[in-house]
Amino acid sequence: MTAAPLVRTDPAAVAGTPPGGRRGRRFDGPARTAVGFALGAALLFAVAPLALSDFRLSLLAKYLCVAMVGVGIGIAWGRGGMLTLGQGVFFGLGGYAMAMHLKLADAGPGELPDFMQLYGQLDELPLWWRPFASPWIALPATVLLPMVVAFGLGSLVFRRRVRGAYFAILSQALAAAMVILLVGQQGTTGGTNGLTDIQGFFGYDLDDPVNQRMVYFIIAASLLALLALARQLFRSRYGELLVAVRDGEERVRFLGYDPAGVKLVGYVIAAGMAGLAGALFVPAVGIISPALIGIVPSIEFVIGVAVGGRATLLGPVLGAVAVAWARTALSERFPGTWTYLQGLLFVLVVAFLPGGLASLWVLARQRRSDPAGARWWRRSRPVEPAENRTEVSAA
Amino acid sequence: MSQFRGRRILAGAMTLIAAAALAGCGSKTSDEKSTAGVSADVSGDTVKVGLLNSLSGTMAISEVTVRDSIMLAVEEINAGGGVLGKKIVPVGEDGGSDWPTFAEKAEKLISQDRVAAVFGCWTSASRKAVKPVFEKNKALLFYPVQYEGLEQSPYIFYTGATTNQQIVPGLDYLKAQGKKSVYLVGSDYVFPRTANKIIKAYAAANGMTVLGEDYAPLGSTEFGTIVNKVRSSKADAVFNTLNGDSNVAFFKEYTSAGLTAASMPVVSVSIAEEEVKGIGTQYLKDQLTAWNYYQTTPGAANQKFVAAYKAKYGADKPTSDPMEAAYVAVHLWKSMVEKAGTFEVEKVRTASGGITYDAPEGLVTVDGPTQHIAKTARIGKVGGDGLITEVWNSGKPITPDPYLKSYPWASGLS
Repeated sequence: MTAAPLVRTDPAAVAGTPPGGRRGRRFDGPARTAVGFALGAALLFAVAPLALSDFRLSLLAKYLCVAMVGVGIGIAWGRGGMLTLGQGVFFGLGGYAMAMHLKLADAGPGELPDFMQLYGQLDELPLWWRPFASPWIALPATVLLPMVVAFGLGSLVFRRRVRGAYFAILSQALAAAMVILLVGQQGTTGGTNGLTDIQGFFGYDLDDPVNQRMVYFIIAASLLALLALARQLFRSRYGELLVAVRDGEERVRFLGYDPAGVKLVGYVIAAGMAGLAGALFVPAVGIISPALIGIVPSIEFVIGVAVGGRATLLGPVLGAVAVAWARTALSERFPGTWTYLQGLLFVLVVAFLPGGLASLWVLARQRRSDPAGARWWRRSRPVEPAENRTEVSAA
Repeated sequence: MSQFRGRRILAGAMTLIAAAALAGCGSKTSDEKSTAGVSADVSGDTVKVGLLNSLSGTMAISEVTVRDSIMLAVEEINAGGGVLGKKIVPVGEDGGSDWPTFAEKAEKLISQDRVAAVFGCWTSASRKAVKPVFEKNKALLFYPVQYEGLEQSPYIFYTGATTNQQIVPGLDYLKAQGKKSVYLVGSDYVFPRTANKIIKAYAAANGMTVLGEDYAPLGSTEFGTIVNKVRSSKADAVFNTLNGDSNVAFFKEYTSAGLTAASMPVVSVSIAEEEVKGIGTQYLKDQLTAWNYYQTTPGAANQKFVAAYKAKYGADKPTSDPMEAAYVAVHLWKSMVEKAGTFEVEKVRTASGGITYDAPEGLVTVDGPTQHIAKTARIGKVGGDGLITEVWNSGKPITPDPYLKSYPWASGLS
């Protein structure tokens, strides 16, 4: 590893806030945040349930789960510069922990879940399934299990200063390994089918549209809570430090901080968020399977965040929902050709909006203040987070 | 200041969770199920049906042919006046080779489009993903692919073979040929693993030995090790449950290792005419397949089907077992609806038992209790022209037995 020179970073670009200084205090103050959250809550809790049919609302619930993973990726990648291509693992751990509990609850005490009777030829529940019969273990496990795994991996990796592409590859390998493990143990994990046909959610019948709505409300509230948490994190001293590590890890080290510890915290938080998302995905969609946690879905999580704007608070949420919604809408309208349209959309965003959808409003504001501003896409360049430069210094 | 706000926001969010939880108190799982399901929209002079196949992703190559075949059946029925005087309007959706997407699209077809029935799904994982959706909405799915059995849903009709109509006859054939040992090779997913479980139980009861069992991840092209193990096992035959692209790599490796259909025959259960084209006839010549239908199956019904398919999609397009099963599914549904005199799902189900259809594969009969269909098993041999010719058939349609209840050796399986 050559000692690549640290690239000078523009403080505005660092935080992903509009260029032109003072971190846009005028537009980004607490009052504004409160209004933003109130708007978001109104949209999610009042407008969406009234305007959407049960089917569309259940789709929105699914999108919001993906958005929750996105909030975590926004912290780890957008703020911390850790391109994690394996969030599916943590999503899966949370999802499986929840699904295992719900399957056991569906089967009733002392009974085996349906798929085990079919594929497992087991007489009794495997040992590692037993703790999940209790909601008091299963529920915390949905968040803690991913965090513990992330902590284990992170402590090994960050101390050894594995960064950039190497970290991305490692995280992806973890996703591949987890899928192979789950598929191989068909008798106890459901194999490629995964855990399907989940009937109840803590005593509530998931077939009932009223209960589906309840699940949606829980998901929407959790997303808002995660956003509030992320916002506090961004504002805190730790948040500043995380961005500093992203843009100049060596420099932070010379200042006497431990970059490995800073990154580890960000990575573990992102994993916990993915775990919660996975846990809530299960009652919303009724299935968790290796196909949802492997390499492809892990990359799709990252794509959503990239499209939305990785370093901003709302960008990952907007991006995840926009990508998932576009996928549904395009595939319904053009079942034969939608994949091309989706690809085109990604190309356009990356080419013309490198800062993601969240930079749209910045552009709009620039245009207002600079009416002569021809070639507006050039103007978007400064908003791009210092990602590329980070990669250079990390290589 | 900002921290204070943040806490307030958090508190607000928590209040909302509590409010939402209070607002959403629907029925409990212990309650009697009361959901009536969505009824199909048949108010006009048309009736919609859903077509749910992967048009993108790894499964697209196989599932698109099934879609084409369903469209052919729909056109034929419409040309003949429709069903109960209503023209069929097909609504197509892309499952995208992704199981939760299948569930999403199934829900969309049922609740938004209000279709009278859905035709499609290929992999077992996609069927398992949509099964709860159809059961919840009390809507009908016609599943046209051979599968691993051990399933019986009141809202699914299985028009492909279950294990006693494909795998068990395949084993019977090997036994009759004097094969005493087999080696099992499969893709790593539910169908091969379940099929191999059944094969091992059969072997144990019929004096055959299973010399090895290997799985390759779906889409894997690394078969050097597996083929070496197969060769050194000196098994009498190989039972192959590999899916898709992996077959190309496997058979190339198999041929280059000097193994042939004469020295060690391979019985494949997922290679039909369409796949033979992709793998290459030179690697597959004289190898065996187990299905219920081949393009070469004799009979006027098949001649008509093959001619119509080639006229619509091109002379070079082969017809295969899953395509035929999908085509048959649409016609069977029409007969069921006409017998019931209504599109109402429960009445259609009640009317389904005993319905027969003169299918390209021969006469098929719907078995009311299992909602599978009685089919004739056929062992085929791959010819030099890429078509498969039958070398043995069961003589008469085999009654479906998805749980293998009538086979004493299978008693421990489920």
